[in-house]
Amino acid sequence: MAAKPHRLLPGFGLALGYTLVYLSLLILLPLGGLVLKSAELGFGQILDIALGERSLAAFRVTFGASFLAAAINAFFGLIVAWVLVRYPFPGKRFVDALVDLPFALPTAVAGITLATLYAGNGWLGRHIEPLGIKVAYTPLGIVVALTFITLPFVVRTLQPVIEDIETEVEEAAASLGASRWQTFVKVIFPAIFPALLTGFALAFARAVGEYGSVIFIAGNLPLISEITPLLIISKLEQYDVLGATALAVVMLGLSFVLLLAVNLLQWWTANRHNNAEPLEVAAGKASGVST
Amino acid sequence: MRQLALLLTLTATLSLGPAFAQTSLLNVSYDPTRELYKDYNAAFAKHWQAKTGQVLSFRQSHGGSGKQAMAVRDGLEADVVTLALAYDIDALVERKLIPLDWQARFPNNSSPYTSTIVFLVRKGNPKGIKDWGDLAKPGVAVITPNPKTSGGARWNYLAAWAWALKQPGGNDQKAKELVTAIFKNVPVLDSGARGSTTTFVERGLGDVLIAWENEAQLAVNEIGRDKFEIVAPSLSILAEPPVAVVDKVAEKHGTRLTAQAYLDYLYSEEGQNIAARHYYRPRDAKVAAKYAAQFPKLKLVTIADAFGGWQKAQKTHFADGGSFDQIYLKK
Repeated sequence: MAAKPHRLLPGFGLALGYTLVYLSLLILLPLGGLVLKSAELGFGQILDIALGERSLAAFRVTFGASFLAAAINAFFGLIVAWVLVRYPFPGKRFVDALVDLPFALPTAVAGITLATLYAGNGWLGRHIEPLGIKVAYTPLGIVVALTFITLPFVVRTLQPVIEDIETEVEEAAASLGASRWQTFVKVIFPAIFPALLTGFALAFARAVGEYGSVIFIAGNLPLISEITPLLIISKLEQYDVLGATALAVVMLGLSFVLLLAVNLLQWWTANRHNNAEPLEVAAGKASGVST
Repeated sequence: MRQLALLLTLTATLSLGPAFAQTSLLNVSYDPTRELYKDYNAAFAKHWQAKTGQVLSFRQSHGGSGKQAMAVRDGLEADVVTLALAYDIDALVERKLIPLDWQARFPNNSSPYTSTIVFLVRKGNPKGIKDWGDLAKPGVAVITPNPKTSGGARWNYLAAWAWALKQPGGNDQKAKELVTAIFKNVPVLDSGARGSTTTFVERGLGDVLIAWENEAQLAVNEIGRDKFEIVAPSLSILAEPPVAVVDKVAEKHGTRLTAQAYLDYLYSEEGQNIAARHYYRPRDAKVAAKYAAQFPKLKLVTIADAFGGWQKAQKTHFADGGSFDQIYLKK
């Protein structure tokens, strides 16, 4: 540390040390153990397990459904967040609290509830199955469950960012002759896009790892509606710990690459708009949203 | 895995309140035996106190049979295990928790009660299901859990296979065709037996549920005779849920004698009566006669006779690439 930057609060060394120990214990240790265990298998064997017909189908279902669920929430979650921030209406606090419920509810309860609702004899299933739309026990059911589970991630990520966009910004855009559509596309959206990506990434990551709610509504048919976490459990039930580890490691790697890509995209969009940092907007430092 | 074991112990402990300074036994069991062991533990505690003056307390843990065995294998300190199939207890031999010959240490292959696999159909049996062959017919929706994750489902699968073998001209090829056709009729593969019962009973899905006899009886007697009927196939499999003292743990806890007596008592008249009341078939002839009306008569084959034991059955049918995988994979 040649040039010691001035800091308002002391204890940087202590805090950094704490952070590193904490993260190591909590994240690196178990994940490292996982990777170490998988090293008992050769790379070729891991690949064999991951590229099996059943594993490939499961990866497709898991990542596909997670992507769809995150995308649906990115769109509808944005609307929910916008409404919750911008419009006062009676019962707003109540609706705001509702958004968090999927966080708190045990996922198995969510899965059973959704399955009951959408099954052929359920409240909703009874009306949509005659129309030829089957939700429970199909891949569509998986998307529904994951959408439910991941809604709060998008909404809660977007809310503070939207709160920080002053209404004056919109008024300024309007007074400069921008149409409503232009105001949204050129002024509002670029400001919230990085946060939207973060919300999307969080939702996606959560969905990929989800097990509890999905197994109750998926049908779990091999090659059709079987998710990777279930395949991992199947392997464990056969005492095939190494096979399960191999799948887990591949899943971990894929998730990491995808999240990294989203983060890079976010960084790129933030820079493209000459905002030093997307969260600086949230900190209220950027005075105007450049277009 | 360690964490899982710890968690299970914790749940088991919490669910039964504070442990007192007295001899305590942890019985790690599978899913549908909750009610059975709740009654049995109370009865045994009374018996044991009358006999020795010692006050016993019990901790119970329930879950999928495979998962439970895995937890014990990885360090959950069970004094006794009472699981769904011998294959899961075999898994403990590997870690030297119990000796290889564990199944010879109690009478009847260490299975104090048995069960079998039957069909549960909707009232009036609208699809006219009588035997295994009917499950393969087009238009019949069959509910069964996934044999990869459920011990019960493995019994279901092998029962169908055994039936096909015993048909005139039956061989492994024919059996595979039958089982394949049955699984093509399965719209939902739940991960456990209870899950499948729920799918059939609560969600109204499927025409027939392949189930443990005790589970089917429970559904008929507790949920409604006016909604379901039990159909007994002409031939099924003798399911022998085994029990064992986990030597290494019992020695460490100093509970060997108690654990031994606990499992022995399952074979007593009272133990057999309790099992029968919970729809498990008793081994004791006298008790069996008393409950004869409750259990339909059907021809039963054993895993040892029809499949050469669990290790072999597991390898041929349920391991990766086994006959079950071949049903779904196009190759």
